[in-house]
Amino acid sequence: MKKPLILVISAALLIILFVVGNALYKHKQSEKLGFLAQDEAELFVRPHSAILGSDTAKVYLVEFMDPACETCAAFSPFVKKLMDANPGKIKLVLRYAPFHQGADYFVRILEAAKKQGKYWQTLTVMFQSQSYWASHHNPRPELIWHFLEGVGLDLEKIKQDMGDPAIARIIEQDLADAKRLNVTKTPGYFVNGKPLVTFGYRELQQLVEQELKVMYPG
Amino acid sequence: MSRSSTLTGADWNFLFICWLIAAISTMGSIFFSHTMQFPPCVLCWYQRIFLFPLVFVFATGLLCHDQAVVRYGLPLTWAGWLVALYHNLLYGGIIPESIQPCAQGVSCTENYIELFGFLSIPMLSLLSFTSILILLSILKRRFSR
Repeated sequence: MKKPLILVISAALLIILFVVGNALYKHKQSEKLGFLAQDEAELFVRPHSAILGSDTAKVYLVEFMDPACETCAAFSPFVKKLMDANPGKIKLVLRYAPFHQGADYFVRILEAAKKQGKYWQTLTVMFQSQSYWASHHNPRPELIWHFLEGVGLDLEKIKQDMGDPAIARIIEQDLADAKRLNVTKTPGYFVNGKPLVTFGYRELQQLVEQELKVMYPG
Repeated sequence: MSRSSTLTGADWNFLFICWLIAAISTMGSIFFSHTMQFPPCVLCWYQRIFLFPLVFVFATGLLCHDQAVVRYGLPLTWAGWLVALYHNLLYGGIIPESIQPCAQGVSCTENYIELFGFLSIPMLSLLSFTSILILLSILKRRFSR
């Protein structure tokens, strides 16, 4: 056999091996997470987790997010649209993975806002104003307060409640679960325990629709 | 040194094994980061910087049957080997963690996998660089003869 041919064939074999290995691993991983979802459902939903949507919804969309993450902000309206398109069928569970430096500051504000019953409004304002306070080269977390004025929160109370050690424990728990579930980037999505393997709007929509079909046949 | 002469027979096979090691290591490292989603630490990136081009340098040498490939491959291999050595010393705790350069982001002593109980990712890297280094050194001696 000609020598260049040996090289080309080996390279081709290696690439095929990689592609097959990649697919096999991802398949195995999503199977494993499926089992985790059956055996350890609490990994996905903790009692402290914020939940949006109907109680009777059968499709759990679990999102590991970071208030300072641009992609999380960009996905937020898309997820709302997905939920509106399937009323009563999807339940959004928010988990924290504050990987950005200083992001737990915003998680603490969110959790404090939850006590005043304004969790989702606060989150919306956070995402909408994110580009002002979360610039990568010049983060200015204090700017958030200006935007929060519009939500109708008791800001003094927020500042008091933010330091609650219970919130630190929530973040710790969520980060531990994120690690177990191999979430290394935000947003990390799971639909009824199945991970979003290839990231993208359309892929997320497909995964949700696939679960909707399983849970609501016909 | 004389003008580069052609690569033949056993020498070609030696270089082919070098290429194979570099290619498999490259794929393995991409598998760890892309498929298994292990974020690579800073030191891993430095090793990758020296490892990835080797695949192309060796492939070009193999296709052109060029002995000079050893001259271009050795500096990259040495550099990668040194970083791998440092990484293993750090990982093994021989160099204290306090002077490690990656306080931010992923820790270079983060333990992702241990195959058969001792093969960590930095160890795999050191093994690849060492074997390529040995093979290239043998080739260099054969050429200078």
